[in-house]
Amino acid sequence: MLSETKSRLSADKAGSAGKKDWDILVVDDEQVVIDAVVKICSSENFTVDSAIDAKEALQKFAKNNYKLIVCDIMMPGIDGFGFLDELHKRKISSQVIMTTGYSTVENAVKSLYAGAIDFIPKPFTSDELINSVVRGMKYLEIQNLLRTYNREGSEIIYVPCPSKYFRLGYSSWVAEENSGSVLIGATDLFIKTIESISDLELFKVDDETIQGNSCAFIKDKDERMHPLLSPVSGRIIEVNEELKKNKSLIEKDPYFEGWFYRLIPSDSEYELKNLINCSSDRL
Amino acid sequence: MFKRIGFKLILVVGVTAVIIIAIFSFYNVRSHSNALLAEVERHANQLGETVKHSTRYDMLLNQRDRVHTIINTIGEQPGIQNVRVLNKVGEIIYSSHEKDIGKMVDKKAESCYACHTANEPLERLQIKERTRIFKPYSDSARVLGIITPIYNEPSCWEADCHAHEQSQTVLGVLDVTISLSDVDEQIRQGEIDTVIFAFSAVAVFSLLLWFVVKKWVDRPVKDLLNATHEVGTGNLNYSIKEKSDDEFGLLAKSFNNMTQKLSEARIQLFQSDKMASLGRLAAGVAHEINNPLTGVLTYSSFLLKKTQDNPDVNEDLKVIVRETKRSREIVKSLLDFARQSIPKKNQVNINEVIEKAITVVENQLTINHVQLKKNFGVDLPQVTLDSNQMQQVFINLLVNASDAIEKKEGLINISTSLIKLSPYGITHIKKATCPKRHDLMDNEIKIDGMPSIKLKVSSNPADVPGGKAGGTAEYTGFINLDPVYGRNHHVIPSSLEKLDINSKDLKVVCPVCEISLIDSAKKCPDCSAPVYSLEVPSQGNIEGCLSKNCDWQKWDAIDAGGQKDYLEIKISDTGCGIPRENLSKIFEPFYSTKGQKGTGLGLSVIWGIIDNHNGTIKVDSELNKGTTFTIHLPAG
Repeated sequence: MLSETKSRLSADKAGSAGKKDWDILVVDDEQVVIDAVVKICSSENFTVDSAIDAKEALQKFAKNNYKLIVCDIMMPGIDGFGFLDELHKRKISSQVIMTTGYSTVENAVKSLYAGAIDFIPKPFTSDELINSVVRGMKYLEIQNLLRTYNREGSEIIYVPCPSKYFRLGYSSWVAEENSGSVLIGATDLFIKTIESISDLELFKVDDETIQGNSCAFIKDKDERMHPLLSPVSGRIIEVNEELKKNKSLIEKDPYFEGWFYRLIPSDSEYELKNLINCSSDRL
Repeated sequence: MFKRIGFKLILVVGVTAVIIIAIFSFYNVRSHSNALLAEVERHANQLGETVKHSTRYDMLLNQRDRVHTIINTIGEQPGIQNVRVLNKVGEIIYSSHEKDIGKMVDKKAESCYACHTANEPLERLQIKERTRIFKPYSDSARVLGIITPIYNEPSCWEADCHAHEQSQTVLGVLDVTISLSDVDEQIRQGEIDTVIFAFSAVAVFSLLLWFVVKKWVDRPVKDLLNATHEVGTGNLNYSIKEKSDDEFGLLAKSFNNMTQKLSEARIQLFQSDKMASLGRLAAGVAHEINNPLTGVLTYSSFLLKKTQDNPDVNEDLKVIVRETKRSREIVKSLLDFARQSIPKKNQVNINEVIEKAITVVENQLTINHVQLKKNFGVDLPQVTLDSNQMQQVFINLLVNASDAIEKKEGLINISTSLIKLSPYGITHIKKATCPKRHDLMDNEIKIDGMPSIKLKVSSNPADVPGGKAGGTAEYTGFINLDPVYGRNHHVIPSSLEKLDINSKDLKVVCPVCEISLIDSAKKCPDCSAPVYSLEVPSQGNIEGCLSKNCDWQKWDAIDAGGQKDYLEIKISDTGCGIPRENLSKIFEPFYSTKGQKGTGLGLSVIWGIIDNHNGTIKVDSELNKGTTFTIHLPAG
C-alpha cells in the first residue's frame, strides 16, 4: 500500500500544474450533509469543495486537486467502492474518508480494505469529522515526508507493522498468539497521525469488541478524541495495565509492549480475510 | 356427475349385476317352461295310452259305438282339445269332433309328420318324436299333440271281424291334442315373476350399493375434497373429522397431521419472514434516518462548540447533541436487533439508567397529568448491561404506561429492588436425555428460540375395555416441552389436546428407544397428574407435571444451587389494562393496540433486549385496573 501511495503521489505531482488546490472534497447525495461538512471544515480553515455524486466528483479532478475526499458509500450511480476503484484507475492520489448511513461492520471493514484511510459512521458529530480530517491531513503529511525521505541520516518516520501481523486499514493491528487468543493494538502510523497522546480511554475485561467498531479512544493534546477501530470481534480477557500507567508505551513500542487488549476472537478466521497482511508491507 | 367415482362404481357393479341376473332369469324361465312342457307331454302320452287300452277291447269286438262314446267322453274333458283315431291311409275313423269323422288327413299334416318325414311309416318312435306343438290358427293358443301308434297284434287279425291282416305292422294312430293355454299362461306368469324379481333385485342391489358407496366412499372423498379445497385457499386450521378407521379414516388422519405440520411450518415461516422484513425495514430506516440525523448532529455539535461562552444556549444544545447521539444508538440497536447482535455492556447502576429514561419522558407525563412515584432500592449492586438499550426499554415501558392511562389522571409506580430468586422459571435446560441416554432435544421446534424437549406420547385404546383389540393407537404424537425450567410454554399439537392424561394407558416415551419416561411412583403435588422424569447429564433428574395446565417442575440439582441475586424492576400503571387474550401476544413483533400511532415494535424489541441480558420480563394486567411489567436482571 505504501508503494502504491508513492506512485499516486508522483503521478499527482506531474499533472498538477495549473490546477486549483483544495483541501477537501465532499461527495454525498444529501445536500444537508454536504452543507454541514462544508461549514464545519471551513470553520477549521480548510478549503472545501463538494459534489453531489461520484460522477461529478470525478469530473472535478480535471480542474482541481484535493488532498482528502469525504465520501458517502451509498450513492446513486457509482457507489463509494466504485468511486475508490475509479480513483485508483485514474491514479488520483487523494485519500478517502468513507461515511455511510448504513454503518454496518461489513461496510466499515470493506472500505478500509479497499483503500480508504478512515471510516466515520453517520450520523457523526462535528468533532468526529474534524478529528478524522485532521488525522487524514497528518497522514498525508507523513506520506509527503516519505517521498523526500533519504535513507541516510534522517530519523525514522514511522515503524511499519511487523510481518505476521494483520492490520485494519492503517489504524489497528492484530497478532495471533499460540494459545488461541490474540493481541490487538494501534499501528505506529496511526499513533503518528495523533500528535502527543494526553489520555487513553480503554474498555474493560469481559467487554465485547466488534470488528470495525471503536474499541478505545485516544485523546491528543488538543483534547481531540480519536477512536481506535477494533481489527477483530471478540471478548476482552486482559487489558494492558502497563499502558494505563505509562501512555508513552504506545508511542515507544506500539507493536509489542504497547498492546491494548488480549482477547478471545469470536470468528477470527472469517474476519482475518478482511484484514491486510502486514508481511506484504515490506515489499 | 358421470365422472364421479361413486357413479362409476355403481355403474360397473350395476351392469354386472344386471347381466348376471338376466342370464340367471333367462335360464330359470327356460328350464321352468321345459319342465312344464315335459310334464304336459308325459300327461298327454299317458292319456293316449289310456285311451288306446280302454278302447282296445271294444275295437276287438268291433263295437264302434262304444269306442265313440269313450273317445267323446274323454274328449269332453277340459283342456283336451281333440281325440281322434286315424287309420293307415289317413282317414279319421273316430274323433271327439263328430264332423271330422271320415275326413282324410294329409300325410304331411301335423299329426302324421313325425312318422312320415321320409314318406316311410316308422314303426317305433320315441315320445319326443311323437309330440308336436303347433297353433291350429295363427291367433289361437298353442296346442300339444301326441300320437300313439296302434300296433297290429295277434288278437287283431284273429278277431271275428277280420278287418286287419297279419302282415300289417301299424293299424292306425291315436292322436290326442291338448290345449297349452294353461301351461302357456303359467310360463308367462313365471316369466313375469322372474323379470319382476330380476328388476327388484337389481334395484335393491343398486340402492344398497349407492348407499354404501355414498357412506363409505362418496362422503369421505367429499370431505377430503372440501378439506383440500379449504387448505388450498389457505385455511390451515381446517381438520377433517376422523369418523372411520378404514383407509379413508387413515387418510383423513394423515391429512390432518399434514395440515397441522403445514400450519406449524407456516407460522415459523411467517415468524422468520417477519423477522427478515423487520431486518430489511431496520436497515432501510437506519440508512434513511441517519442522513437527516447527520445534519442535526453535525450542526448542533458545531453550534455547541461555538457557543461555549453562552451558557443558556449551550445547555440546550447539549441536550440536543445528547439526544441525537441517543437516537444514533437507537438506530444502531435497531440494526443490532435485526442482526441479533450482542449488546454493548458496561457496569452501571440501574437507578441511574431509569433516572435518565425518566428525564426523557417527564415532559410527556406532566402533559398527561400522570404522577410518577419512584421507589428505588438503595445500595443496589452495579450490573453489567447496555445502558443505552436498557434506557430504551424503560422509556418504552413508561411511554406505554402513560398511553394506557390516556388523559385521565393516573399513577405510574416504578420500583427497583434486589431480590433472591430460585432458578425456577429462569434456568435454561440445555440438554435432557432418556434413561438410556438418548438425546431428547429437538432443534426443529424451538420455544422462544431455544431447542425444545421432544417426548412421544400415546394413548392406546387397545388396553381400554371395549376398545378395538390390536387397533392402532388413537392418540399418538409428540409434545415439545419448554426448555426453561418451571415455565410452561409447551408445544402440544392440537391432535393431542383431547388426550386424557389421567388415563391408565397413557404412555410417554423416548422417541428413539420408546422407554417410558413416566415416573409411576410419583404424582404431581399440585394437580396429582402423572409425572415425567428426564435426565440432565451431570445435573441429575428433572421432573415435571404432564398436565398442560400445570407448570409444576422439580430439578433438585439446580434447586440445591440455591437462590441467586436478581434486580427486580417493576413498572406499574393505573391505566386501561390489557385483555387477558392479548397478554400472550404483546411481545410479538408488530403487535400493536395503538393503531396508527405505534409500530408494534416496542415490546418485541424490549423482549429482545431483556433476553440479550439473560433477563426475563413478564406482564400482569387487570382490565381497567392497570398493568405491571416485572423485569428480572441477573445481578453479579
